[in-house]
Amino acid sequence: MKLTRRYHFSASHRLHSPELTKAENTRLYGKCNYPFGHGHDYVLEVTVGGDADSNTGLLLPIAKLDRLVREKVLQLIAHRNLNLDVPQFAHLIPTTENLALVIADLLEENWPAYLGQSPVRLHRIHIQETDRNGFELLLDSRPRTPARHRQTESVALNA
Amino acid sequence: MFVTRKAEFSASHVCRLAHLSDQENQEIFGPAANPNGHGHNYVVEVTLEGDPHPITGMVIDLKELKQILEDEIVTPMDHRFLNYEVAPFDKTVPTAENIAREIWFRLEKRFRNSSPSLRKVRLFETPDLYVDVAGEDFASS
Repeated sequence: MKLTRRYHFSASHRLHSPELTKAENTRLYGKCNYPFGHGHDYVLEVTVGGDADSNTGLLLPIAKLDRLVREKVLQLIAHRNLNLDVPQFAHLIPTTENLALVIADLLEENWPAYLGQSPVRLHRIHIQETDRNGFELLLDSRPRTPARHRQTESVALNA
Repeated sequence: MFVTRKAEFSASHVCRLAHLSDQENQEIFGPAANPNGHGHNYVVEVTLEGDPHPITGMVIDLKELKQILEDEIVTPMDHRFLNYEVAPFDKTVPTAENIAREIWFRLEKRFRNSSPSLRKVRLFETPDLYVDVAGEDFASS
């Protein structure tokens, strides 16, 4: 069984790669490369998978998931400029693809502290950037490079 | 090919276990443990899987699907207090998880060994919370 909880947050970002020229950035990122950035009302869906507890009928206490997402994800990114205010994006371009990877890292790192020994697992992260753009990351299907490793690679490229 | 049809029902429920104290229920179920209950506008999306009929071009006659959803879900659950009026919620807690399972069981009987087959039940308790149940969830039982 899967349970999905939806969260809303607003943030700004600018897509710009220091490894590309001005013209290449314009061509690749279009309006998303405008120098001062722009914002979205994002919708984050977090899906957990497992079996409902036979006694309580619950897959997990939703309040625990809410607290994890609120304290470890939303506090970091809601009403922030992702490029300037969020350390994870100091050397990582805040595309919504990368945002999904960063959120996956944050949830996985803090999962045991907030969910304890709960047998449920993090299954999926979906971020709707606008009504027309959605990004989905499935977490139990294949190995994943954590965002912080991608970040290191990016720094190495810059050096 | 998948076909999904939506149905809606409004109902009240209370999530609490009789053998636990008020405080324990509050810790597990939060405000949903309020003994007098509260309500939701539930939305259920039912997904069937099958091939379009070579002549009609339809996976299923949608009037027929609508009638099945009416008979199995909407008529018995709409404007009801689930704990008091809809079995098995006199015995099991009507969490979104358990309501989704119950809807699956009711529909599975109607689509057993049939084409199209029942693929998924998605139950929205609120616009920001939904549960998915699919056949593989029962593979081991």
